[in-house]
Amino acid sequence: MLGEVNFEIDGVKVQGWTGQTIMEAADEAGIYIPRLCDTEDLRPAGSCRVCTVKVNGKPAAACTQPISEGIVVENNTKEMNKYRVDLVEMLFSEGNHLCPVCEASGDCELQAMGYRLGMTYYHHPDLNPNRTIDASHPDILLDTNRCIFCGRCIRASRDLDGKGIFSYVGRGINKRIKARAERLVDTDADLNDKVFAYDLCPVGCIIRKREGFKKPIGTRYYDHKPIGSDIQS
Amino acid sequence: MSKETSAVVKEACQRIGRERHNLLDILLEIQEKLRCVDQEAMQLIGEELSISSVTVEGVVSFYAFLSQEPKGKVIIRLCDDIVDRFAGIEAVAEVLCEEFGIQMGETTEDGKISLEYTPCIGMCDQAPAALVNDVVVTNLDVRSAREMAKNLKKHLNPAKLVKKLGDGNNANKWIKSMVQNNILRRGEVIFNDEGTPEAGLKHALTKTPKEVIKTIQKSYLKGRGGAGFPTGMKWNFARASEGARRYIFCNADEGEPGTFKDRVLLTECPDLMFEGMTIAAYAVGSDSGIVYLRGEYTYLHQFLEKVLAERRKQGLLGENICGKKGFHFDIRIQMGAGSYICGEETSLISSCEGHRGNPKTRPPYPAQEGYLGAPTVVNNVETLCRVPRILEKGAEWFASIGTKESTGTKLLSVSGDCESPGVYEVAWGITVRELLKMVGAEEAAIVVVGGPSGQLIGRTAFERRIAFEDLPTGGSIVVFGIERSVLEIVHYYMEFFIDESCGYCTPCRVGNVLLKKRIEKIMDGLGELEDIAYLKDLSKTVIMTSRCGLGITAPNPILSSLEHFPLVYSAIVKKRHDGLQQGFDIKRALEKSREIAKRRSRIYDRAYGEKPISVENIG
Repeated sequence: MLGEVNFEIDGVKVQGWTGQTIMEAADEAGIYIPRLCDTEDLRPAGSCRVCTVKVNGKPAAACTQPISEGIVVENNTKEMNKYRVDLVEMLFSEGNHLCPVCEASGDCELQAMGYRLGMTYYHHPDLNPNRTIDASHPDILLDTNRCIFCGRCIRASRDLDGKGIFSYVGRGINKRIKARAERLVDTDADLNDKVFAYDLCPVGCIIRKREGFKKPIGTRYYDHKPIGSDIQS
Repeated sequence: MSKETSAVVKEACQRIGRERHNLLDILLEIQEKLRCVDQEAMQLIGEELSISSVTVEGVVSFYAFLSQEPKGKVIIRLCDDIVDRFAGIEAVAEVLCEEFGIQMGETTEDGKISLEYTPCIGMCDQAPAALVNDVVVTNLDVRSAREMAKNLKKHLNPAKLVKKLGDGNNANKWIKSMVQNNILRRGEVIFNDEGTPEAGLKHALTKTPKEVIKTIQKSYLKGRGGAGFPTGMKWNFARASEGARRYIFCNADEGEPGTFKDRVLLTECPDLMFEGMTIAAYAVGSDSGIVYLRGEYTYLHQFLEKVLAERRKQGLLGENICGKKGFHFDIRIQMGAGSYICGEETSLISSCEGHRGNPKTRPPYPAQEGYLGAPTVVNNVETLCRVPRILEKGAEWFASIGTKESTGTKLLSVSGDCESPGVYEVAWGITVRELLKMVGAEEAAIVVVGGPSGQLIGRTAFERRIAFEDLPTGGSIVVFGIERSVLEIVHYYMEFFIDESCGYCTPCRVGNVLLKKRIEKIMDGLGELEDIAYLKDLSKTVIMTSRCGLGITAPNPILSSLEHFPLVYSAIVKKRHDGLQQGFDIKRALEKSREIAKRRSRIYDRAYGEKPISVENIG
């Protein structure tokens, strides 16, 4: 039942299909809606809230909100981008994000999002978490202090690899990402799992060992073009 | 592997069923029998249910009443609500800590007693209160706390702590609790005792389901849990949704601090509630109902089961109800495990499905795709209790009570600094001042209408009306006198939201922590004008971007206190004339470095150079 759906994003007419989310239709139309938890091939979670847009004046997450005929979507506006900066700042404050010493710098979506949104510093105190660092696995390192709770690894391991290695434990600000065993090496985690693909983790929480600095800083993915460039027409 | 753990887990999974949606029941049983759900148990449960053990841990770690560390045979949970704090719970805690020789959050070495704090247990009208395992102990003070400790040391039997039974059904042999109902005003719809039992259901069964929905729509009945969604419309959506099965859920997970009216309804009017569910089932076309009962109300569980059994016996549940051919419906009770967010309807469904109590993505709405993907109606206890009366006495009668937008009556749970805390059934539209007169709190300075997710108002707003169109409330009214600190109340409520946030989305998980930190800065006397702007600004982001009602309402204590008590803030947040930042305390900023360097500061430590340098001398 593929029906055409016509709607509008920031005054631009967009055509999508029944069943698509705002994010999917926008991507196809070459309109970038900032996001951190959403990525291709995984079911959207709507947890980072960076993709919040207004639909007929009401806020909604673009990655989970289905399109419908005639809706008016506000995306790249001063107001929405202000909320996004706030959210990105919150994530910086929540974890330990020391860009200059992080292997992911330059390839990090959180960092790139900060740059794209014009964030210069964050207005919040650091929460300085003291979470697990797990270097037990020969090929993979987990520094959960850098986790931004996008849940991509949970979804990828469960839905793409069929392994279910990760889950959230705890709740609220004490929520943590956790592997099935105390040490990752005691699970069936394998470097070739889709969950450990280089760009699955948006930050430097999942690290492929011995690859960190193969590519020099300055030549990395977001060093020369802002995040979203591949979608924006 | 311990044989006991293995036997208990296997037995529980076998008897309760190895489906995912039984997980919470399985966990509750294991917790009760083993006093914890440890790694070994989680591993076994994972194997039994064919899910990952870390997924099980995700669920276990979500609920306050489940623990991975062994708990005492008797767990004393002191209610930590702000009302209980003001009523003296801290002194009670001190006595208990002294008697058992442990701190709050600890378990005695002999594994007999655990001491904990827990948020509102729905006893604010008889605070300070505590749960001792499932037994409710009310009106605690230093003396009774010491006596309780002595008795528990002797017999370790919480049931024996109940000496005098409460009124009404609290004295029923299946409840046997010291809880008092405190029904202080009987309004026209629920507590008037004029209704005929089951008349609403019998009348409904003479109509078509569509006519029943029409009647509810005509009465303008709105949900009484807080959100106020039109009940008839919800039923209509569910009826119109495709599904092999439909479910009727009763939300008996009232967790809003200061709310306890559902406790009284569950105690005194369970038949009315079940009758309401049965009518809803007939209207929507459902054969299956679930009451989600908050873990704090476990003491009512057995009683409710007995009422259900009696209804089955009388043909009010089961097959061909009241002789209506083809109308089958039954109800089961799902116990909660200590989580405020599970009162949010989609979290409640997640919880029943055996998942972490996270809210679900909407759309689809529960009425389209709810429990196990089936169309599901979730109604509050109080909403359902009104349904039979509307069917019995007519939509026009109901709509004639209250205001145009808010029809019928509302149960208010009133507590705090007032002469007569308790449950009041009033017509919607009553002013705050009229209510304060009724409860003996004319001197009140602060009123929290709708609990922390509602509004903190002051005297200038006491002429406002309690109604959906003005000051809505799910039932919580907390009154504070002039001697209470607005900031302390705000701070407590923010703490509550932080503890109860599921952590799914960024703004609620992080934003509320940051908001609370800024309130703390102001309370420390370090507030600056920029902090007020920061609070307003960040609150707006949290409200606009949060995923569910918890995050959307969590900044309300801050925003409403800023609106209604500007003087409280302006008295403490002052501009400094020297141009320095109030919030920056150089000594404090240097403290850590001084500690690490084991050196004092040449500029800021006056005694510098006079004494030999040692850590102890660092001022």
